[in-house]
Amino acid sequence: MTAVLAIGTRKGLWLATSDDGRATWEVTGPHHSMTDVYAVGFDTRTTPTPRLLAGVTSEHYGPSVGYSDDLGQTWQEPDHAPIAFPDDTGAALARVWQFAPGSEPNVVYAGVEPTAVFRSTDGGVTYELVRGLWDHPHRENWAPGFGGAAVHTILPHPTDPARLTVAMSTGGVYVTEDGGDTWRPSNHGIKAYFLPDPDPEYGQCVHKIAQNPDQPERFYAQNHHGVYRSDDGAATWQSIAEGLPSDFGFAMVAHPRRPDVIYNFPLVADRERFPPGGRCAVYRSEDAGKSWEALTEGLPDQFWNGVLRDAMCVDTADPAGVYFGTRSGSVFASRDEGEHWQPVVENLPDVLCVRAVVT
Amino acid sequence: MDISVRLPATLRPRAGDQATVDVQVSGDATLADLLDVLAQRYPGLERRLRDETGKLRRYVNFYVDGEECRQLGGVATPLRDAAEVQIIPSVAGG
Repeated sequence: MTAVLAIGTRKGLWLATSDDGRATWEVTGPHHSMTDVYAVGFDTRTTPTPRLLAGVTSEHYGPSVGYSDDLGQTWQEPDHAPIAFPDDTGAALARVWQFAPGSEPNVVYAGVEPTAVFRSTDGGVTYELVRGLWDHPHRENWAPGFGGAAVHTILPHPTDPARLTVAMSTGGVYVTEDGGDTWRPSNHGIKAYFLPDPDPEYGQCVHKIAQNPDQPERFYAQNHHGVYRSDDGAATWQSIAEGLPSDFGFAMVAHPRRPDVIYNFPLVADRERFPPGGRCAVYRSEDAGKSWEALTEGLPDQFWNGVLRDAMCVDTADPAGVYFGTRSGSVFASRDEGEHWQPVVENLPDVLCVRAVVT
Repeated sequence: MDISVRLPATLRPRAGDQATVDVQVSGDATLADLLDVLAQRYPGLERRLRDETGKLRRYVNFYVDGEECRQLGGVATPLRDAAEVQIIPSVAGG
């Protein structure tokens, strides 16, 4: 088994490879040096090698999308902008925040800033705007969060190509059941304490949602204060924050096979974005959020730092690997579902995202 | 009119590894017209100079005969025959 971990940072992409059961890692990079890499994705439907997608933004030369069919040894990019807003929108792409392979062959979705979804039918090389969401009447009220206004999460239904669940900050969760033509907000139960009405139809600042492909009606959410589960396809949400030291954070990751298992990285609060006590700890629930345990074996005692919304992921091996990167440029891996951790690499730029694949 | 466009090293691979690109434009051409011609020949270059709305990238400077275009007419800056447009990334980032 070979495991590859893509690490997107503020100043480029690094790739860590392990051929010994994820015990040791060889790291290459920077790829796409001096670009911020908010989004990476592996499309495992391509053979024999997964396609690696990277959303890169140069401070000088703007955003683009590159792809590699040899795990980062060489990169391709079309001459024309892979993702660009149509003329009539008057909008310009700021950056790509998310890639998600769809359930149909060659379909790849991209979530972007400003708040929009694009769809590719050629495996992520070129994309078209999903008009139904862009034209949504709520758009004028989707305000930017601190990091910008973006669709940062896209969860295609694993078997029904018409169903797609997305999350945006701010705005919250939206669902389409007709392939993107129409969308409805799906935030019932998620609080927005920062609004006059704390229970709005939409406008929540949902930081991340996760779904288990084996149980696609179940979702988990890390909100801007609030941790939630939905058992009805995101229609309603219930708090699962009890047992966590804090209900604030950014990451939320679902185990690749066990629908009751999730991972989270709590921070104290909106106004104190450190883990409680400065102790680096991943929290895991194995009962769908009813209870939580701190996983700290091998993690630093002093950790005055944070983990961003896409900087935690799992692989699909058995036992599953769990990974996270920090704003101080460290990446940690567990090859036993979170029981023990070891550093993969340290002293990189701020880690913005990680994604892992095993072949 | 014949315009000479000088590129920074980082952008030369987007224009066939040329340091200078010679471009022909009409007699009343502006900087925007020049970039439209570049978009036809080297779309991978042009999209790094301005976004899809036609707005110049904020941290790329365009010196038209030695003066930065934002001190002139921006993308509407008129060009003269044999003008030189020098593209230089600005000081930015951390």
